[in-house]
Amino acid sequence: MKKLSKKTRSGFINYGLILVFFLVFQILISTGSITNSLKGQLIPICAYMVMAVSLNIVVGFSGELSLGHAGFMSVGAFTGVIVSTSLMNAVPNTGLRLLLAMVIGALFAAIAGVIVGIPVLRLRGDYLAIVTLAFGEIIKNILNCLYVGYDKAGLHISTKDIASIGMDETGVTIVNGPMGAIGITKISTFLAGVILILIVLFVTQNMMNSRTGRAIMGIRDNRIAAEACGLNVTKYKLIAFVISAAMAGAAGALYALNYSTIVPKKFDFNTSILVLVFVVLGGMGNIRGSLIAAAVLTVLPELLRKFSDYRMLIYAIVLIVIMIATNNEKARAIWNRVFAGLGAKPRKKEADGNG
Amino acid sequence: MANPNEVKLVAMPSKNKLPERDIDKAPILEVAHLGIDFGGLTAVDDFNIAIGRTEIAGLIGPNGAGKTTVFNMLTKVYEPTRGMILLDGKDTAHMTTVQINKAGIARTFQNIRLFDKLSVEDNVKIGLHNNTDYSVFSGIIRAPKYWREEKKAHERALDLLGIFDMQDLANAQAGSLPYGAQRRLEIVRALATQPKLLLLDEPAAGMNPSETAELMDNIRKIRDTFQIAVMLIEHDMNLVMGICEGIAVLNFGKIIAKGTPSEIQNDPVVIEAYLGKHKEEE
Repeated sequence: MKKLSKKTRSGFINYGLILVFFLVFQILISTGSITNSLKGQLIPICAYMVMAVSLNIVVGFSGELSLGHAGFMSVGAFTGVIVSTSLMNAVPNTGLRLLLAMVIGALFAAIAGVIVGIPVLRLRGDYLAIVTLAFGEIIKNILNCLYVGYDKAGLHISTKDIASIGMDETGVTIVNGPMGAIGITKISTFLAGVILILIVLFVTQNMMNSRTGRAIMGIRDNRIAAEACGLNVTKYKLIAFVISAAMAGAAGALYALNYSTIVPKKFDFNTSILVLVFVVLGGMGNIRGSLIAAAVLTVLPELLRKFSDYRMLIYAIVLIVIMIATNNEKARAIWNRVFAGLGAKPRKKEADGNG
Repeated sequence: MANPNEVKLVAMPSKNKLPERDIDKAPILEVAHLGIDFGGLTAVDDFNIAIGRTEIAGLIGPNGAGKTTVFNMLTKVYEPTRGMILLDGKDTAHMTTVQINKAGIARTFQNIRLFDKLSVEDNVKIGLHNNTDYSVFSGIIRAPKYWREEKKAHERALDLLGIFDMQDLANAQAGSLPYGAQRRLEIVRALATQPKLLLLDEPAAGMNPSETAELMDNIRKIRDTFQIAVMLIEHDMNLVMGICEGIAVLNFGKIIAKGTPSEIQNDPVVIEAYLGKHKEEE
């Protein structure tokens, strides 16, 4: 029971961390002591935290390298925008509409997860990585030629051009091909973002501490032994993949509804890699690490704005330094000594499988 | 019985003897004419064996004889090229590794395959996976069923670890255990899947004589407690001759002898396979 309580405690620390994050920024906002640019970053930070935790389920716990995670985010983003704009009159309450957008966004991303997951999860290692990469690009290109409008008669969808969707005079263009989703009403709030993170943490942590999570991690550690223990490998890989995709979809809806326009190009390969960097930097299978890395690395480019042209150079250097500091044996030994000196518990060397 | 395959098998001549207490019951495992080719190479050919419900059987032979290949065919890690495997009277031809486990065969591996990054207890709980009954959703929302089943799994895991006095190691990381303890944990994990037949691939490898003696007692204890059959591959002849009731000797992919330990020890063909031909006796 000791181990169980340790895992549960670790989970509660994560909830606490998010609540502290929320309260601190809420106070900063109400006292007006926060820059506008940082304030604008809060919802993207929430979305990226969810992205990092969800990708960690696939990369850290299931042990499969996925390079197309932004693809699921974009499915959720565009679904969310379409839901939100078309329900503008039917559901006047913005909170409820945001909830619906995120839930339906998550649902569509989950469906995309099933469609991609069933063929892809037969592959292993490098092959799987490359196919997920291709999937991300395919989604982006499909969205690039997607035209969606809404009028009295309902939704109109075409892949040709905006004129051919045949709306009447009351029609509103929601998605305009390469121009992306336009005329979005910003309904995302910081509070909604924090609630989404808490839900995602709740689902992830509870799942990883149940028989499902054990099966997912067991398959990662040794596939053949897992089969010999009677575990259905494909089923559990698919569960991990689809739940992860659904979370990314919800994050996408939250992200998109924070802007007035959103282009498909936003969710390209670079975004997938960015989220992967959060996961790797925070530690594979380490949920708290993912949260912190996502927050720090989202804010960092803004903080480095004063270096103007050298911004990305310094960003890269900071990344390298963090990698060395957290993964180098000697650097870690120094860390441990510092922490021991401060009377804190030294960091455990091996990842616990659940941070 | 109803299975037509079984009737066919009974008519086949089988040299190996089942232990007396099992003689009236249908064997737990019957294998007929099992064989596998890798490309042009016949790794195992015409492998026939029957194992009693509570028998401890041994499979021995020189290195490269095909012993582990037989285990891999029984658990469908390899698909046999020829032959038939009846587990508890049921044909396993179309079963996968997962289905074989659910049907009642559990195994350990020659090169240990644990879930290294998980705790010892979690390794056993993965063995208990198919006997822990709650859905993904009730796991996430922590339904009462989750707590009930997890408590049951926790207690069962500690009970099983108790066979080898490993309860104290429950929270240790499996990959960090000493070699002998890893082998024992593999046996516990296999037992957790509630098998009818336990396949042990070199369980005593890397163990010292006193550990081996303890392992022998434990294998007997496992058989007596769970009333299951055990089939083991082993090079340690003290262990094989000490606990096995029936032994099959494999050489170059073929069974060259079957019998009780004393019969095997005195079989000139077996001695020749292990020690080579004695020139003066020709």
